[in-house]
Amino acid sequence: MNSFLNTIWSSIGKKWVMAITGLSFCGFLVFHLLGNLTVYGGPELFNWYVEHLHSLGVLIKIAEWVLLFLFLVHVITGLLLAYENYRARPVRYAVSKTAGGRTLGSRSMAITGILILAFVVFHLLTFRSAGQKEVGDLMILTNWFHRPEMVAAYIMAMAVAALHVSHGFWSAFQTLGAGHSGRKSKFKTAGIILSLVVAFGFGCIPVFISMVS
Amino acid sequence: MSANASKLINLTLKVWRQKGPDVKGGLETYEAKDISTDMSFLEMFDVVNEGLILEGKDPISFDHDCREGICGACGAVVNGRAHGPEEGTTLCQLHMRHFDDGDVVVVEPWRSKAFKIVKDLVVDRSALDKIIQAGGYISVNTGGAPDANAIPIAQEVSDLAMDAASCIGCGACVASCPNASAMLFVGAKVSQLKLLPQGDIESAKRAVTMVETMDSLGFGNCTNEGECEVECPKGISITNIARLNRSYFKARSLFKKGVN
Ligand code: SF4
Ligand code: FES
Repeated sequence: MNSFLNTIWSSIGKKWVMAITGLSFCGFLVFHLLGNLTVYGGPELFNWYVEHLHSLGVLIKIAEWVLLFLFLVHVITGLLLAYENYRARPVRYAVSKTAGGRTLGSRSMAITGILILAFVVFHLLTFRSAGQKEVGDLMILTNWFHRPEMVAAYIMAMAVAALHVSHGFWSAFQTLGAGHSGRKSKFKTAGIILSLVVAFGFGCIPVFISMVS
Repeated sequence: MSANASKLINLTLKVWRQKGPDVKGGLETYEAKDISTDMSFLEMFDVVNEGLILEGKDPISFDHDCREGICGACGAVVNGRAHGPEEGTTLCQLHMRHFDDGDVVVVEPWRSKAFKIVKDLVVDRSALDKIIQAGGYISVNTGGAPDANAIPIAQEVSDLAMDAASCIGCGACVASCPNASAMLFVGAKVSQLKLLPQGDIESAKRAVTMVETMDSLGFGNCTNEGECEVECPKGISITNIARLNRSYFKARSLFKKGVN
C-alpha cells in the first residue's frame, strides 16, 4: 500500500478524515444558517436568497456533490471507528463510571451521528425535492411548519446536531494536533458556543415561521 | 481522638476471578472484615488473601511491586474507576479511608482486547512494551558521556518533557478509555523524547512506527473523551495526544514517500 493510503488507514489517519470532513460541515452549517436568516426579512428577502442560490447553477451542483461525498466519507469512517472501538473491549466492565472526562456530547457521538443522518435524509427528501418543484419557496416552509409535530421534530433535530457539534468541533482541533488543545482549551468553549448558535439559530426558524404564518 | 484516626471497617468485595487466559471468569463475593482505614487497597487484599489461604482456597492474584505509586505494576478497576475513585493515585496508594463501612466494592481487571487476562486481576500488558520497542528510544553512539548542559534546553520545554516522562506505564489510560485506546501512553512516550533535542532527531520515524504498532495490537481509536487524563495516576495531559497527532502527520506529511 502506498504511503497515502497507509496514513489514511491508520487510527490517527481515520480521525483526521473525521476532523476535516466534520469541520467542513461546521462551515457548511454556518453558511446554511446565514442563508436561512433571510427568513426573518420576510418572504421577499427569503425568495430573493433562494433565487440567487438557484441562479448559481452548476456551482450549487458541484457544492452538493462535494457535500454528499464528504458526508458519505464522514458517516462511513465514523461507523468504522465506532465498530473498531467496540471491538477493542470484547469483555465489558460490570461497573463502569465516568471519571469526569466525557461529556454528554462526547459519549453520544455515534447515536447523535446516526440521528443526524436520518434527519438529513428526511430534510433532503422534503425540502430539497420540494424546492425543485418551484412551488414558491417560502410557501414550502410555511406548509411544513404549520404542523406542530414538524416544528417539534426540527427543534429536536437541531438539539441533536448541537450536541454533536459540542464535542465534534473541539475534538477536530485536538485530532488535528492544534497547539493549546487539551481538556480545558479555548476550542472547547468555541465548540460549545457554535453548538448553541446552531441550536438557537436553526431551532428558532420553525418556531418563527409557525408563528407568523 | 482526631478526626482522621484509623478505624476498622467491613466491606463486601466482588472480585473478578479467572483461572487462566482462556477460561471463563466471573465475579466472586468475599467479605473483607476488620480492615484498618490506614491500609492501602493492596494491603486490604493481603488480609483477604490470608483468610483465603487459611481456608485452603486460591488467593486473589493481583500485580504489584513497589507499592509506592512509582513502578506502574499495580492496577484494577474499582467500582468502575481505574485505580479507584481517587484522582492522581495508583491502586497501591489508594487508602481504605476513602471507603465507608458496609461498602460494596467491585474489582475488575483492566479490560482491553490488547491486554489478555493472565489470572484474576493480573493482565498481560506486554502490548505496551511492544510499542516502546517499536520506537520509544533514542539511538546514540557509544563513547564518552557528553558534557552536561552542552545542549541548552529551555526550562518550560524540559518541564513538559519531564511531565510526559512521568508516565509509569500502568495502563490505566487504556483501561479507563471508553474505546480502550492507548493514545495517552503513546502520546506521553512520543512527547517525552520529541521535546528534547536528543530525541527529536528520530521523532518522525518514532511517531510512525509506534502508531503502526499500537494499531496492530488491537487498541481502539481515540475519540477525545478525556477520561484517561483524569484517571492517569500521573495526571498526564491529553495535550500530549495532540502533540502525537501533530508529529504523526508531520512524519507522514501525506505525499512524502516513506519516512526518514
Ligand atoms: S499515561 Fe498515565 S495512565 Fe497511561 S500508562 Fe502512563 S501513567 Fe498509566
Ligand atoms: S505497586 Fe508500584 S505503582 Fe502500585
